[in-house]
Amino acid sequence: MKVIIMGCGRVGARLAGLLAAEGHKVTILDTDAYSFRRLPPDFGGTALLGNGLDQDALKKAGVQEADAFVAVTQGDNRNIMAAQIAKHIFNVPRVLCRIYDPLRQELYETLGLETISPTKIFAQLLKEKLES
Amino acid sequence: MYIIIIGGGRLGYYLLKALLNEGHEAFLVEKDAVICQNINEELGSVCYRGDGCEVATLTEIGTGRADMFVAVTGDDEDNLISCQIAKHKFHVPRTIARIRNPQNAILFKKLGIDVTVSSTDVILEHIEEEVPTHPLTHLLDIREKGLEIVEVKIPSDSPAIGTKIRQLSLPKDSVVALVIRKEGEYRVSTPNTIIESEDRIIALTHAESEEALRRALRGA
Repeated sequence: MKVIIMGCGRVGARLAGLLAAEGHKVTILDTDAYSFRRLPPDFGGTALLGNGLDQDALKKAGVQEADAFVAVTQGDNRNIMAAQIAKHIFNVPRVLCRIYDPLRQELYETLGLETISPTKIFAQLLKEKLES
Repeated sequence: MYIIIIGGGRLGYYLLKALLNEGHEAFLVEKDAVICQNINEELGSVCYRGDGCEVATLTEIGTGRADMFVAVTGDDEDNLISCQIAKHKFHVPRTIARIRNPQNAILFKKLGIDVTVSSTDVILEHIEEEVPTHPLTHLLDIREKGLEIVEVKIPSDSPAIGTKIRQLSLPKDSVVALVIRKEGEYRVSTPNTIIESEDRIIALTHAESEEALRRALRGA
């Protein structure tokens, strides 16, 4: 599977490492080359400096042949916009988008994006831990 | 009309001022506390401090009854998302987004934003108009129909000089509407109007035929 990950933070870098280790073709994008230090030393994918909101940068990353696109930058709006570009302009078959704000996450879920709100999930998890 | 503006930069501020002067109910949302305070001191309580992409903020300022929603922050992604929330959550009939990257116009349209304004394109067009040698100037885009009104200057070496309009090989979907002569005299064009050197031709055309129109009037 060819996967493009936008945002090389802790989550992006870790996901990239896991997928690459399983033999998937991974390209990770970030606007700051310093972020790539988080990638595992044996990372077998491609780290590409570029903005995932820029359609030319996405093409360079191979978005036209990608099977999946994952948006995990720090900005909810950036993730939403990039996910919509991948889905509606480049027709990537599977697009996942992190949205911290639960309200925004619910809205975009109803608009047809596949979204995850870590805020909601983690708060729920903590609550369950406390109650057990 | 109740108009909500997101982003209190120079553009948002002057837009707010203009709309208030015209007697509209206008309200601005800005993240920065200092900018917010300055605007409120100058124009009255018309600025709310908050994030225009947050549903809670938009609920509080009554987005549900807004007639128009204008997002003019400096970030395309913020403008897109706040307009989408206004559209899909609050059903605002008309949403307008500023874009900095002209590439985003197609995306925003596809995602349901009613109007996009690209400051880059607007400035480019105005500069184009001022460049005397520029062959074709966009005067107005009629976007929904893919039509545009353009001005073509006839250079002194154009093969079209001396020919009647009906003899020109104009593209089928282009119409010459007006001919403005060098002296400033102008006429509504007829099939028998003769093109003269240094005329300015105002024409209506489909965007795709722009190049063919230019060729017909100015030569290759």
